[in-house]
Amino acid sequence: MNLDAKIPSGPIADKWDNHRFDMKLVNPANKRKFKVLMVGSGLAGGSAASTLAELGYDVECFCFQDSPRRAHSIAAQGGINAAKNYQNDGDSVHRLFYDTVKGGDFRSREANVYRLAQVSANIIDQCVAQGVPFAREYGGQLANRSFGGAQVSRTFYARGQTGQQLLLGCYAGLNRQIAAGKVRMHPRTELLDIVIVDGTARGIVTRDLVTGKIQSWAGDTVVLATGGYSTVFYLSTNAMGCNVTATWRAHKRGAGFANPCFTQIHPTCIPVSGDHQSKLTLMSESLRNDGRVWVPKRADDDRQPGEIPDAERDYYLERKYPSFGNLAPRDIASRSAKEVCDEGRGVGPGKRGVYLDFRDSVERVGKQGVSERYGNLFDMYERITDENPYERPMRIYPAPHYTMGGLWVDYNLMSNVPGLHVIGEANFSDHGANRLGASALMQGLADGYFVLPYTIGHYFATYSPDKQPITTDHPEFKRAEAEVNARIERLLNVQGSKTVDSFHKRLGRIMWEGCGMGRNAQGLTAALEQIPALREEFWSGVRIPGSGSEFNIELEKAGRVADFLEFGELMCRDALARDESCGGHFREEHQTADGEAVRNDEEYCHASVWEHKGDDQEPVMHREALDFENVALATRSYK
Amino acid sequence: MKLTLRVWRQRNASEQGRFETYEATDVSPDMSFLEMLDVLNRDLVERSEEPVAFDHDCREGICGTCSLVINGVAHGPRKATTTCQLHMRSFKDGDTVTIEPFRATGFPAVRDLVVDRSAFDRILQSGGFISVNTGGAPDANALPIGKAEADTAFDAAACIGCGACVAACPNAAAMLFVSAKIAHLSHLPQGAVEHEQRVVRMVHAMDGEGFGTCRNYYECEAVCPKEIPVSFIADMNRGYLKAALTAASD
Repeated sequence: MNLDAKIPSGPIADKWDNHRFDMKLVNPANKRKFKVLMVGSGLAGGSAASTLAELGYDVECFCFQDSPRRAHSIAAQGGINAAKNYQNDGDSVHRLFYDTVKGGDFRSREANVYRLAQVSANIIDQCVAQGVPFAREYGGQLANRSFGGAQVSRTFYARGQTGQQLLLGCYAGLNRQIAAGKVRMHPRTELLDIVIVDGTARGIVTRDLVTGKIQSWAGDTVVLATGGYSTVFYLSTNAMGCNVTATWRAHKRGAGFANPCFTQIHPTCIPVSGDHQSKLTLMSESLRNDGRVWVPKRADDDRQPGEIPDAERDYYLERKYPSFGNLAPRDIASRSAKEVCDEGRGVGPGKRGVYLDFRDSVERVGKQGVSERYGNLFDMYERITDENPYERPMRIYPAPHYTMGGLWVDYNLMSNVPGLHVIGEANFSDHGANRLGASALMQGLADGYFVLPYTIGHYFATYSPDKQPITTDHPEFKRAEAEVNARIERLLNVQGSKTVDSFHKRLGRIMWEGCGMGRNAQGLTAALEQIPALREEFWSGVRIPGSGSEFNIELEKAGRVADFLEFGELMCRDALARDESCGGHFREEHQTADGEAVRNDEEYCHASVWEHKGDDQEPVMHREALDFENVALATRSYK
Repeated sequence: MKLTLRVWRQRNASEQGRFETYEATDVSPDMSFLEMLDVLNRDLVERSEEPVAFDHDCREGICGTCSLVINGVAHGPRKATTTCQLHMRSFKDGDTVTIEPFRATGFPAVRDLVVDRSAFDRILQSGGFISVNTGGAPDANALPIGKAEADTAFDAAACIGCGACVAACPNAAAMLFVSAKIAHLSHLPQGAVEHEQRVVRMVHAMDGEGFGTCRNYYECEAVCPKEIPVSFIADMNRGYLKAALTAASD
């Protein structure tokens, strides 16, 4: 497997500028001859599709939702980072770069992260020009707030719905290109395979989710912008439709999967309330700006929170991390919550919860002040739990939220398969082993607006796929279509007795127990035995009513869960192979006396990139060594 | 809790639909409405029947995918709440709950409770954007926008495009949706430039999709999960009239 990251030479601050000059260009008149197959229409896919269309490329864009406006980017609450330094508090491109590399626990690629920090400021300019209604001060200037893992205020926000406002801006740009006829949008259409011809990605096979029609699409490049795989845990903060199918099928066609075990468990979510639960709801990290996290000092303290005096409360984040306090990064805040609950000091039903308390903020700025900042989040909490967070502290617990792992890409955001580009959460490159808050929106839009539109032209000019025109009559398309059809037939023919969800829930429990917030060799080995057994049971016991040639919700889910049942095994395998703790990957064997992660830079300062060798073969791991030339490798400390 | 559910079943757009009655037992007050339907579907599949198709995705009230008319009210009985955020504690043991799709000419049936809301996308394609390409935007703080005006734009931009306004309107008018989109952009200086063209194009697109006209019932405002005010409709009508009179549009 060729893992040349193609990092440009020269000082880090000049790499992207130099590379933009060195890359080949496509003549404006020739751009319309190149067809881009864009899969996914969230912040990364939507911004890339519209920008590529503006440049003159011919774009087909696909999403499984009924409209691009519904992609899961929409659910991001808190904000988007940018090194604008509007607050004059010492921010800079280099500081955002430094915070992101350190926040990722030194497992990301420096050059990509630096570029991300560089283009961050352009994103805010672009979004404002599109009409994104960011929060403003009375003087009309943009407002900022601070977020976990940073000591400057660089987060731009739109109340508690930053993702929705950014996506609506991006979708408006996409609509403009659809109206101009330069993007053809295919909603309710799901990718089921990638077609590789002579070693390059030349097309995809999709299923129309309304009619069931299987169709091939040929193009000059395939771009996957299909998000992350947190729903492998079943219960997560992701939308119900989020899945690994596109990236997993690409992996099975040759694309390397990097660091699949790097998953982020978000510290502030509403705890699980019962077996019926279908998803977990995030409470924005921004709440930690004003809320204080605590549990009773004594285990099994059943008093109401208001009856517990301050002296008997343990504000454990403030105690353990005095300089960052409640704004400790997500991985650390999550692990600390698990720790206090493991000690029997958890609160609420089931004792898997900690308090996020606004009592002091209400005293300081009044109920009105708190409501202005977080009103919609407080309302949402009240709707779900039937408790009033102005009067009683919120109960929160960590939940799977984001996946830093993804398909391996080089500096040009191209996978090891020529012509297959991967952007946004679906790739692996920028967040290392832990993502900082408000950086996902930044990365999605950076990739889509300001990186891929340059690098894709370089690919076209270098590989000239237009010189080998291909249609869907090519035998590789016929082969892929036949395989897709056969798989659907096989799923429908199982005719077992159990629902798809029942398997998904069981897989989720295995993953959460074995490969969740804390991992160890014993638990991972057990999961690696349980997953293949569950997979076998699925293929002989699942029941899918109806046919393939209609709107069939169970068939849709079955295809995705079947992929998770394969992917989950790779995740555990990767977690077992990475015998160190770093960021969100906490191997219990490797911790300090006070429970902090212990990295092993000697042996594991690399990205683990897995190669699929066939369904009956063990995958092979390759390494991309990570060099830290600009941020010295150091033990991450937020104390 | 035990509930009797009357659910609209329809195989596809060309077949006739009908109500089917199901008994839901073991309903917990902490379940969301959609989780209650998940349990119904589990039971149906285990009995070898076809599950009820309904639209949903984020289940946290922001993506706008979920729909449903519950006991005659779009998104059900709780104010400012999408169906996915509605919990069963809003119902009582023994209740009969009638569940229907969002019905409107502009929203053709797909299956069971799922309808096709792509008309909204097409209305936005007709002009719901600011014509600016990627790159070359001036510094974001170069254009100060007063907080009051920015807040009004935001109030309009909060629309999640669910279509409850259409489902609730006796005329199946989409004017709350369209006016919110127009107001979001017209209250910002960068969006005001194209306002007249935009309002004319979007109103024409809305009419072309078969949506009715506002007759001031205000049912839309009552069911809107994001509490978008009907005052935006008056703004839109004024804007349309002015644009039409000055013939500034195409």
